[in-house]
Amino acid sequence: MTRVLVLAALLAVLLPAGPARAVNPDEMLADPVLEARARDISKELRCLVCQNQSIDDSDAGLAKDLRVLVRERLKAGDSDDQVVAFVVARYGDFVLLKPPVKGSTLVLWAGPAVVAGLGILAVVVFFRRRRAAPAAAAPLTAEERARLNKLLEGDAP
Amino acid sequence: MTAELGHFAVILALFVAAVQATLPLIGAQRGDAQWMAVARPAALLQFLLVAVAFGCLTNLYVTSDFSVVNVAANSHTDKPLLYKISGVWGNHEGSMLLWVLILALFGSAVAAFGANLPPALRARVLAIQALIAVGFYLFILLTSNPFERLIPAPANGRDLNPLLQDPGLAFHPPMLYLGYVGFSMAFSFAIAALIEGRVDAAWARWVRPWTLAAWCFLTAGIGLGSWWAYYELGWGGWWYWDPVENASFMPWLAGTALLHSATVVEKRDTLKGWTVLLAIITFSMSLLGTFLVRSGVLTSVHAFATDPARGVFILVLLIIVIGGSLALYAWRGPQLVSAGLFQPISREGGLLFNNLVMATATAAVLLGTLYPLLLDAVGGGKVSVGPPFFNAVFIPLMLPMLAVMAVGPLLHWKRGDWRAAVQRLWPAMVAALAAAAGAWALVTDGPFLGPVGLALAAWLGVGTLVELAERLRLGRENLGRSLARLARQPRAAWGMTLAHLGLAVTIAGMTGAGAWVEESIQVMAPGDTVRLAGYEFRFTVSRDGRAVVVLNPEKRVYNVSGQPTTEAGIETRLTGDLYAVVGDRGTTADGRPGFVTRLYFNPLVAWMWGGLMIMVAGGALSLTDRRHRVGAPARRGIAAQAAGAD
Amino acid sequence: MRSRLIYLLPLGLFGVLAVYFAVGLTRDPKIIPSALIDKPAPEFVLPPIAGGTGGGFSTADLKRGRVSVVNVFASWCVPCRAEHPQINRLAGMGIVPVYGLNYKDAPEEALAWLNALGDGYTAVGADASGRVGIDWGVYGVPETFIVDGTGRIRFKHVGPIVGDALEREILPLIRHLQGGGR
Repeated sequence: MTRVLVLAALLAVLLPAGPARAVNPDEMLADPVLEARARDISKELRCLVCQNQSIDDSDAGLAKDLRVLVRERLKAGDSDDQVVAFVVARYGDFVLLKPPVKGSTLVLWAGPAVVAGLGILAVVVFFRRRRAAPAAAAPLTAEERARLNKLLEGDAP
Repeated sequence: MTAELGHFAVILALFVAAVQATLPLIGAQRGDAQWMAVARPAALLQFLLVAVAFGCLTNLYVTSDFSVVNVAANSHTDKPLLYKISGVWGNHEGSMLLWVLILALFGSAVAAFGANLPPALRARVLAIQALIAVGFYLFILLTSNPFERLIPAPANGRDLNPLLQDPGLAFHPPMLYLGYVGFSMAFSFAIAALIEGRVDAAWARWVRPWTLAAWCFLTAGIGLGSWWAYYELGWGGWWYWDPVENASFMPWLAGTALLHSATVVEKRDTLKGWTVLLAIITFSMSLLGTFLVRSGVLTSVHAFATDPARGVFILVLLIIVIGGSLALYAWRGPQLVSAGLFQPISREGGLLFNNLVMATATAAVLLGTLYPLLLDAVGGGKVSVGPPFFNAVFIPLMLPMLAVMAVGPLLHWKRGDWRAAVQRLWPAMVAALAAAAGAWALVTDGPFLGPVGLALAAWLGVGTLVELAERLRLGRENLGRSLARLARQPRAAWGMTLAHLGLAVTIAGMTGAGAWVEESIQVMAPGDTVRLAGYEFRFTVSRDGRAVVVLNPEKRVYNVSGQPTTEAGIETRLTGDLYAVVGDRGTTADGRPGFVTRLYFNPLVAWMWGGLMIMVAGGALSLTDRRHRVGAPARRGIAAQAAGAD
Repeated sequence: MRSRLIYLLPLGLFGVLAVYFAVGLTRDPKIIPSALIDKPAPEFVLPPIAGGTGGGFSTADLKRGRVSVVNVFASWCVPCRAEHPQINRLAGMGIVPVYGLNYKDAPEEALAWLNALGDGYTAVGADASGRVGIDWGVYGVPETFIVDGTGRIRFKHVGPIVGDALEREILPLIRHLQGGGR
């Protein structure tokens, strides 16, 4: 319990006094293209001491340091990916607001598609049964099957 | 004395709820009218008791009685009266009391106005409401008592977080809770139906008004919350995919699906098992939201009150309520037999598509919100799931839904003709292309989604109007007869039209503010000007001069906590908001002292909230429809009407 | 039969979710594990606190074949005050060198703070810009690292070392590493 309390106090120290958009003019790069890249990168990096804010949104001291760092790396000629990799090497995947696609996030990234797929499957099954139930769908006659085969072959290159 | 009275009232309410949860249920099972009859007076009495408790707490706040822990921790004598009152629910304990107050309010509404419900159904619905209430009374009494005394009493209180001292946020939680808790009605009806083993058109017609009312409140609550974030947090954002925001969004998504599937049950007597499941899921999402916010398992900027003991209690409650209802569903669900015919291309087919998308969206948001927790629980390390993920998943889901949404209402029940529907939508197609082309011409370097979003908004908006024109036979009959039809449109139909139009407007707003926001950050000294989005911003201290508009951003320091907050100056226009924030002192590029200013142009952003208001208005209008009144006609009458309606 | 199973699916899914929730309640979402565990300590050279008497320290000091402790602290950090007696106690045992990383601090305030609370550190390096702190993955002060003799980071404790944290977490690992454990 003590630890939780003390940690809360600690976070209070590091947290901003009042919320305001964080990027300050003195941090910004003169080159607008580089600055725009810096902003885009900052929006994808999580401020560690605040919960669920990007470093672009945060007033926290560490967020400012990281913003400056991002700009320094860009000025030194790093690509966007290199800058992100630089920060990830120090703070881990936790800093990425968009988690990387890898083994541990497979369920996350594939999940929505799998749910959508299962939903479509369920709807298809639902319709099939519906059609089967009232007037049991007649199987294809030999003639129909022959026509179907012809159509399918016709499509093949 | 007041505190003890309030505490005592909650204890009494617990006992009343316990009686209400058991006797009517047993009575309904045995067919004992007397036992069933206990439900109504119990529900009314329970509401009265919680109202007394809530009144006591409000009184303690208004009179600034700091001998109560809760008041001392969250209030202050110098606070304006409005915030003394809103302080009642601006904290964990008080908000839980508000939760049960609203729960009891809905229960007593069924007791008071549900005279034409079959007695057994009414008894069961009220019993299940009470069962949920018992859990929350215990939660309040055992872990979150708002009436706890503080001895010795401090001279003054610690004040409410300044960010929360705002009219927008004062009414945000009650709205949200009216939505969350309102879905408990759909839940109770679903459980009662499972016990009875019967779901029919009449059942759907009873459930719909409650769900619709809850949906309206939740929509308004989410809108208020996002509006508050927009103007109060001072960085021009309006949606962060924060876990707490998601907690309110998931029941909204599921509730929207429920509204649509309940229509199918009502009109076509099918999709019963699915609709009952949706009703359970929708309320489960509301409970889950409460768990996520109150337990602290997912810390977010919004989670003001977190405590593991409370988390454990809510988890147990969750397992009993959700687990129990899903077990009942697994047992009794297969008995809900639906009518046979269901064509994919039909009105009900369109509604099913809506359900598919909404359910997938709910699952996607749920997965993203919980994934950090799930991965950590299996020792997979910590990850963050932020806005980039949600946008990447959510937007592709919404695009096909918006496309189909204009077509669906033009299809007939049972068997529709999609070609004919699409042909009639040619004005919507023209509008969509025009919107995309216009957007493309105005902003060439913006993101691809900008024109797409505007095109879909135009498609949906004009498509909805086309459907209205079809209903009026506009252009096919003479104008007088069309206008006569206009007057005769049922309010529920107007509701649908308005809600869909509102969504179109909201989508336009989200697209504008999401895709084309313009921003300028600099240090400005008095007299300096900055050009942004065709506007000239002049930094002045006085208010002289012929400015187009005067923005008054502020930095405020709150008396008690000494915490400075930033107040944005906002000028709302139809084309977009001018948004200005003044930050710290700084030095301009040429060395003069000034202030950091952040200037934004947020295109169309006000449309978002305007659209939400139209949606709520549509829902409210639909609620006033004779057929949707709480005192809906009895089963037999409805069946006859339903047959006549088509 | 098959259709009955489908009705069980929601219950099953919820059951799985409930188990995760139960486990999740035991975790603290604020603690973020270090990405640097079992990685070499970053390359750095830190000067001493300006105006002080001691020397700074650098990566080379951590590679001398001895297990060492690096404690990140600052005078503005309230919890650091709470843990400092424990740091001094650890240093006083004389089993490991304890380096202090003075994070984003004003030199005179840091010196006054050390004067008042006692300076048991083997050496203190001043990280005025906080850049070395970022290289160490510091996100909240205080943090404490244990580095093995080859200069690899083996453990990180976030937050103040109070209560029995020293006996329970820090000392056993130091002994284990000193005993040649890997």
